[in-house]
Amino acid sequence: MKQFEKFLRSRFAAALLAVLVGFIVSAIVLAIAGYNPIQAFAALFKGAFGRPKYVANTIIKATPILLTGVSVAFAFKTGLFNIGAEGQYIVGTVLATIVGVKLNLPMPVQIPVVLLSGIVGGAALGSFVGWLKAKFGIHEVITSIMCNWIAFYLCNYVVMSDTFHKPNSSSALAVNPSSYTMILGTWKKSAAGKEFLAGVPWLREVLLKTDLNAGFIIAIIVAILASIVLTRTKLGYELRAVGFNRDAARFSGISVERNIVLSMLISGGICGLAGALSITGTSPHTITLLAAMESYGFNGMSVAFIAACSPLGCIPSSILFSALIYGGMSVQQVMGAPSDIINIMIGTIVFVTALPGIAPLLADMVAKKRRAEENVRVSKDGTPLPEKEA
Amino acid sequence: MEVSPQYAVQMHGITKRFGAFTALDEVDLDVRKQTVHAILGENGAGKTTLMNILYGLYQADEGGIFMNGQQVNIANPNDAIQLGIGMVHQHFMLIENFTVTENIILGDEVCGAAGVLDMRKAREEVMALVNEYGFDVDPDARIEDITVGMQQRVEILKALYRGAEVLILDEPTAVLTPQEIDKLIEIMHDLISKGKTIIIITHKLREIMQSADECSIIRRGVYMGTVDVKQSSETELASKMVGRNVNLTVEKTPAHPEDVMLSIRGLTVKDERGIEQVRNLDLDVHAGEIVGIAGIDGNGQQELVDAICSLVKATSGTICIAGQEIQNTNPRNVLNHSVAVIPSDRHRWGLVLPMMVEENTVLERHGEDLFGKGIMLDYDKLHDFTSKLIERYDIRPAGCEEERMSGLSGGNQQKAIIARQVSYVPDLLIAFQPTRGLDVGAIEAVHKTLIGERDRGAAILLISFELDEVMDVSDTIAVIYHGQIVGTFAQGTVDENQLGLLMAGGEAQ
Repeated sequence: MKQFEKFLRSRFAAALLAVLVGFIVSAIVLAIAGYNPIQAFAALFKGAFGRPKYVANTIIKATPILLTGVSVAFAFKTGLFNIGAEGQYIVGTVLATIVGVKLNLPMPVQIPVVLLSGIVGGAALGSFVGWLKAKFGIHEVITSIMCNWIAFYLCNYVVMSDTFHKPNSSSALAVNPSSYTMILGTWKKSAAGKEFLAGVPWLREVLLKTDLNAGFIIAIIVAILASIVLTRTKLGYELRAVGFNRDAARFSGISVERNIVLSMLISGGICGLAGALSITGTSPHTITLLAAMESYGFNGMSVAFIAACSPLGCIPSSILFSALIYGGMSVQQVMGAPSDIINIMIGTIVFVTALPGIAPLLADMVAKKRRAEENVRVSKDGTPLPEKEA
Repeated sequence: MEVSPQYAVQMHGITKRFGAFTALDEVDLDVRKQTVHAILGENGAGKTTLMNILYGLYQADEGGIFMNGQQVNIANPNDAIQLGIGMVHQHFMLIENFTVTENIILGDEVCGAAGVLDMRKAREEVMALVNEYGFDVDPDARIEDITVGMQQRVEILKALYRGAEVLILDEPTAVLTPQEIDKLIEIMHDLISKGKTIIIITHKLREIMQSADECSIIRRGVYMGTVDVKQSSETELASKMVGRNVNLTVEKTPAHPEDVMLSIRGLTVKDERGIEQVRNLDLDVHAGEIVGIAGIDGNGQQELVDAICSLVKATSGTICIAGQEIQNTNPRNVLNHSVAVIPSDRHRWGLVLPMMVEENTVLERHGEDLFGKGIMLDYDKLHDFTSKLIERYDIRPAGCEEERMSGLSGGNQQKAIIARQVSYVPDLLIAFQPTRGLDVGAIEAVHKTLIGERDRGAAILLISFELDEVMDVSDTIAVIYHGQIVGTFAQGTVDENQLGLLMAGGEAQ
């Protein structure tokens, strides 16, 4: 019981509870709409994890939102609300495309250069927002929302520009193949590769039918690094001190302005990397004309909040989120149920995680019950208490 | 004690545990009707916890509460209000940009038909209360525009408006000026004569002697007994509270001042509105002496400290530490000149409350190699360092290294700051209101620490609004008025009256 109480007080329990409630609410909605919830969830699970190819796609889709999630979580832990993850992601894709198209270096050089340019793009936009806050005190939420639209139209401008537009299409030119980060990208299409893969069907399916790429591994490394920076380094210590109490930090000789810019620079850089990895890792390896925000940044916010803004927590949370989105498409295909049900589920999960008091409340109830069982001396009706045992 | 209707409140055998920690262990409290009953205890002794139980904010694990001889069940503050209990917290719960009337009726609004707020009637009701108790409060003023003393009266009115018969005042004098304290004591006696019962939580002995009829003492969660204040003395109360004899006078040897450590010449500082708060101020503090600045709050003390710390720009003048000018640089540069500051507002300037105790104890020096090489911060070393400070400065609860700073009581938070600042072995230690909100035991420890630092050879600048503190601890007493030092005296060459006169802008005889 005590163990259970302790578990309920953990952040993990809060997230788990939220997911559970999300499923229950969507089950009710599904049932009301006349679909069997069990079948729907089975379809969802199969769609996300039922075949090697699906697992690969779930992971691929988790990559950008893991990174934008880590970005939002990192900023949040330092007292900043980076709602501009979307824009920083877009700038990352734009810069990676520009550099990837214009440069054609040997692969071991090309990939780092393209990724770095994406990071620089996101970091530049992020630190601009941070600078505005540090210098003029403009709230980062306002400036980063505006920056999202600047990034959005910058992207469309580059797509339609003479230099980068791919004729008769709505996208820009694809980056040079030396930028590709797909796993075994050239080998799998070679004669030898095809011959080998013919003997290993599951691997063949994963490699040839998806854009399985190195992005998720890089993203996990970034999540681990972000966590280390926050909790084990002097930089992270200063960033958190500034985030929690600006006055005390300033009084202690910590430069508040520098740390705000730095935090947004790192946060933006992570989003930029997410954008660059999308370009190098998945088709069509370029930016396309945007009609609406693609929501990689906004979904990152959901990922971060489900993970209670723990960078490491973003790893399972991004996979969950990606599985819901990707697997959710099967719910529509198999059951004919509208895929909006998935959005209801995601919404409910985020909503419940936003109520941080629920799991501790349950813990209190458990604690009360435990005490009542253990301690019969509790007296609320005024009867004399028995003597205390020695 | 028997349960009897002559007591307004009786709490018997109250036990409250937080996890493994027992905050209150079978505490009794018997408050006679129409008396002022003080609850005395050290920081973290459990006074506020006991009152929070009475007000329904916490539930007791054991024990019973009786009012007027009847058993009552108080599950939440609404129950308490229904039973006629009102509480004024140490930190006021007022909405800054609402008027006095709006704040008083909040949560218990006067409504006409269809739930429309009837402000005119509300104002009349509030006015009636104000007149009945003779409070000097303007019902139409906004909270942000009135003094702290008036805000407190608004809090009391709020409780009276809800029909409180028993008023709990939590540390009511912590934020008041001496004149406001006198006024409050007057109000308390007036309320008693009008049939109310008052419980005050405090650790200020003098005010208990002035205002209370009876005093119950709690030491580390254990009830130590109730004394009749008229039959008791400050010394007796202090030793009962702390559990040993407390020296209420400060003992120290004569100072041996050496070279000038802090030298301020012609310092002028303007506040945000461009008004000069420090004007052409000169001040010297030598190594090995304590210079105390006496003055009423708002005479430039805050701006003086901010300017020394380089938190604000000096308009003119110089500030030298050991001969080197440091004005208008940055806080880091000032710290690097071996200056340590105990700030007046610990929550705002001194601590990062959501962070761990061991993170807070290195706030200014986390960059040193001592706490990790290169970019990494070595938490094992933070832990060891903090453990030593906790032991040496008796920061409670012991073993709190990895707890959040916000979980410590105010006095222990202050101890942590002082431990941190002294751990730098500074050449100049600036202590701004270092004993604010501390109990006598803790005050004694702080004064000892300051004197110990002086004897080590540090220069100490003590700035306090408590005249007694300045007079007892300082070797040299300087009086600040309107941003200027209007008099400097060696300890023992000046009396309270003379200083008081100077502090209020009068001429010294």
